[in-house]
Amino acid sequence: MAAKEEQVKFLGKWPSPFSNRVELALKLKGIKYDYSEEDLSNKSQELLTSNPVHKKVPVLIHNGRPISESLVIVEYIDETWKSNPFLPPNPYHRASARFWSKLVDEKCLPPLWDAFWCDEKGREKAVEEAMEALKILENEIGDKRFFGGDDVGLVDISANFVGYWVDILQEIAGLQLLTSEKFPKLYKWSQEFSTHPIVKQALPPRDKLFAFFKSRTG
Amino acid sequence: MPKGEEAVKVLGVWASPFVMRARIALNMKSVKYEFLQENLGSKSQLLLQSNPVHKKVPVLIHEHKPVCESLIIVEYVDQVFSSGPSILPSDPYDRAIARFWAAYLDDKWYPTLKAMAGAKGEKEIKVVIQQVEEGLALLEDAYNKISKGKPFFAGDRIGYLDIAFGCFLGWTRVTETVTGTALIDEFKTPGLAKWAEKFCEDDAVKPVMPETKKLVEFFHVIRAKFGGSA
Repeated sequence: MAAKEEQVKFLGKWPSPFSNRVELALKLKGIKYDYSEEDLSNKSQELLTSNPVHKKVPVLIHNGRPISESLVIVEYIDETWKSNPFLPPNPYHRASARFWSKLVDEKCLPPLWDAFWCDEKGREKAVEEAMEALKILENEIGDKRFFGGDDVGLVDISANFVGYWVDILQEIAGLQLLTSEKFPKLYKWSQEFSTHPIVKQALPPRDKLFAFFKSRTG
Repeated sequence: MPKGEEAVKVLGVWASPFVMRARIALNMKSVKYEFLQENLGSKSQLLLQSNPVHKKVPVLIHEHKPVCESLIIVEYVDQVFSSGPSILPSDPYDRAIARFWAAYLDDKWYPTLKAMAGAKGEKEIKVVIQQVEEGLALLEDAYNKISKGKPFFAGDRIGYLDIAFGCFLGWTRVTETVTGTALIDEFKTPGLAKWAEKFCEDDAVKPVMPETKKLVEFFHVIRAKFGGSA
């Protein structure tokens, strides 16, 4: 259990899935925190001081000490507040969860993101890579309710973009990537994820996120 | 009591800094393992089965189960082989800092070092060197803050971040040799220069750190293959 005088502050950006990972982690653990919305075109002194290397969100500041990089922050939260663990106790299963979390971050997010924002020329290749990434996740989720098993874990948190953002972005872009026909198991997971009682409180409202990204298309 | 030591294998290649991480971790825990040298032009069935998604080294095989990704392997080794020194710091905040810098090394710094292989002409090489040096300045600062006057990032003994960074020393020296530019030295990065020397002397590191001469030869082979100029 964490000490009684905890000061938890989180610098973030509400449309960002990376920022959202931290919010998910904090809410899943029931941690009280102060939130500060950053304007990335006019970065606060606090952000520049607490993340001088990357100058990016999210940043967690716990009792005055800053931590950056969303997945590093999520693991820190898991190790500091021990209720509702995000990682299983068995070392092999922990290694496996970290592997999949990294894979989501490095192999799934980039092509999925590109598929939505690429111009016509790059679009076909990006979509192909995105479909391959979704296929890998479809195989991994199998018949599990969550990647973490019975409840949300590290991999589910890492895959928040897949579980919620993809549906919104594909509607805007007129693409059909993650559908129940093409990836039934992963689609089912995305429904479980986005309707999970705590997760859904932490996710930004759909219409707000839709409007945000829609305004960024030509 | 050592668990399942008889079933430890590492799939790797001698020149890879990532493979070195796994081997240093096992050496720190005094774990005996079989090193299976891969030919990356013709990958073994075992590698393809153990790491079907990435098909990359290193892979640790322990009790017939594969663990992939070098830093994940290091954390796994630290947890499973409880005899021997701790690799990760015990405090969660120190762990977060170590993981942050390891991610920085892999995502930002090492790619700038790797860019040497494809850099063509003096101008391009100069740009690459500048990026490498900017990163090293950040790392020197991090070393001074994190080590708190001790020889290593982890303190008196090598640990996670020492391993994550130290594995790149061979290739850093190659870059120094090939470009004739000092990167880690007593003038530019005095803290890291001392640290690098001590790191390479560590008993867990010495047996697996490749000779710079051999790496330079290997580098020229890669350059010739991918069309960079001297």
